[in-house]
Amino acid sequence: MQGTVNHEYGKTIPLVFRSQKIRGIFNALWLQYLIMPLAILTEFSAALGRALLGASRDLAPIITIIALFQVLVLQQPFPELFSILAGLGLVIVGLALFVVGLDIGLFPLGETLAEEFALKGSLFWLLFFAFLLGTGTTVAEPALIAVTREGAKAVAAAELIENSAASIDRYALGVRLTVALSVGAAIVLGVLRILRGWSLPVLIIGGYTLVMLMTFFAPKEIVGLAYDLGGVTTSTVTVPLVTALGVGLARTIRGRDPLTDGFGLIALASLMPMIFVMLFGLIVH
Amino acid sequence: MEILFNPILLLLATAKDVLPVLGLLVVFQTLVLKRPIPRPGRIIFGFGAVLVGMACFLGGLDLAIFPVGRAMALQLVEGALSGEKVTWTAYGWVYLFAFLVGFSTTIAEPSLIAVANKAHEASRKAISSWGLRIAVAIGVSIGITLGTFRIVTGTPLYLYIMAGYVVVVIQTIFAPRMIIPLAYDSGGVTTSTVTVPLVAALGLGLASNVPGRNPVMDGFGLIAFASLFPIISVLGYAQLVQWSVQRRSRKKIESEAKP
Repeated sequence: MQGTVNHEYGKTIPLVFRSQKIRGIFNALWLQYLIMPLAILTEFSAALGRALLGASRDLAPIITIIALFQVLVLQQPFPELFSILAGLGLVIVGLALFVVGLDIGLFPLGETLAEEFALKGSLFWLLFFAFLLGTGTTVAEPALIAVTREGAKAVAAAELIENSAASIDRYALGVRLTVALSVGAAIVLGVLRILRGWSLPVLIIGGYTLVMLMTFFAPKEIVGLAYDLGGVTTSTVTVPLVTALGVGLARTIRGRDPLTDGFGLIALASLMPMIFVMLFGLIVH
Repeated sequence: MEILFNPILLLLATAKDVLPVLGLLVVFQTLVLKRPIPRPGRIIFGFGAVLVGMACFLGGLDLAIFPVGRAMALQLVEGALSGEKVTWTAYGWVYLFAFLVGFSTTIAEPSLIAVANKAHEASRKAISSWGLRIAVAIGVSIGITLGTFRIVTGTPLYLYIMAGYVVVVIQTIFAPRMIIPLAYDSGGVTTSTVTVPLVAALGLGLASNVPGRNPVMDGFGLIAFASLFPIISVLGYAQLVQWSVQRRSRKKIESEAKP
């Protein structure tokens, strides 16, 4: 597994080999338990160092742009300079930890699962897993919660539903569940596509055509919200895991290419919510 | 949002997002597939790092990036309104700011980094991780700029989105086959942790400050722009690469044909 992972930063390969060599020398079982955490720790700290450099490089553009605008265009001093600098430090450390953690934990586990599902060949469990993965990661998505609440307020303001706190909450929850179910359905469809080798452009273009047709029938107030929800659903946790699932499946199944067949799950997961939310709007109103 | 300043609450909130996913993976691995978990120490450690990393990242965003972004959106709109004539051209700085913010937040987007690295690996290093990230970032920045233009002028959202889809369909016919799934995916990938809240703040700030715009009707739609345009730019990037490779090989054949 580890030999195939080759990332721009957080490169773990040589360190994994080194830790395996260490384990080879101290072959005794009790020593292994002592060495393992140490090996992880040395590997982790080296990877983290590189990831910190990478994260600083990635964030340099936005910092430069905000600073330039503040000084040159708006010609105003920074408000609360200290808390901004502290926040920037946190962002850099957080980004580095996140990337390294994905490499060590989330990606290997997700790919192992995908490969074992493909080898075991149990379609029911694979699809069930795909559905739970899509729905489960979406329901608690913070960005989704925030956007559906705003959307429900907009719909209430347009007097399509009763303008009370209870009915706004109920509507927001309804949209959120609709989106979560639609992402689950999308991942199931995407996994079926990888297994059967269906054409992605046909699915996507067909879906877009459906979105366009529904735009004319759905209530106007929900169209903007539905379009936005397509993009919101695919979060930081979902994207890496779903990508690992797709690429892992495509790599294991004979006749599938990881590049042409492994990708496409996210595209379906951003398309399906638009259709489902407009359908929800049609039914509710 | 005030809650997010509290590190313990923030860590708990992040755990609430990440732990169900870890639970799902572990349950399926042990109960359905009946396999031991490979290298449990590494996985627990990795998840710990993801958890702490996300909490730091979100806390830092709230402390530094968002307040600055919101304040600047407001100041830029006020600057545009202070002029004598208020036409859509008065918002020049707003457009430039939208463009640059779109570009720079996308470059730093953690999930785009993850997907670009996966694509680099899956294509056996044919796709450069940086090339893909820059192509996506250009798409997002063009999308957000057009989106702010739409909010300022108040034209209907579906016209832009429909035109964009038509371009995507035409490009799909001509673009190299292998890039298509990746290009479609890059639309959804861009709009997560960093981009969504900052862009949503910009959109709502614009819609509530530009005269004649209603935040609930006009504030939405920026994210839809940001997920549509990367598809176009990634397909375009692939077409450009294909075109230049073809031209180079044609030149090579021509030069070899000459005595």
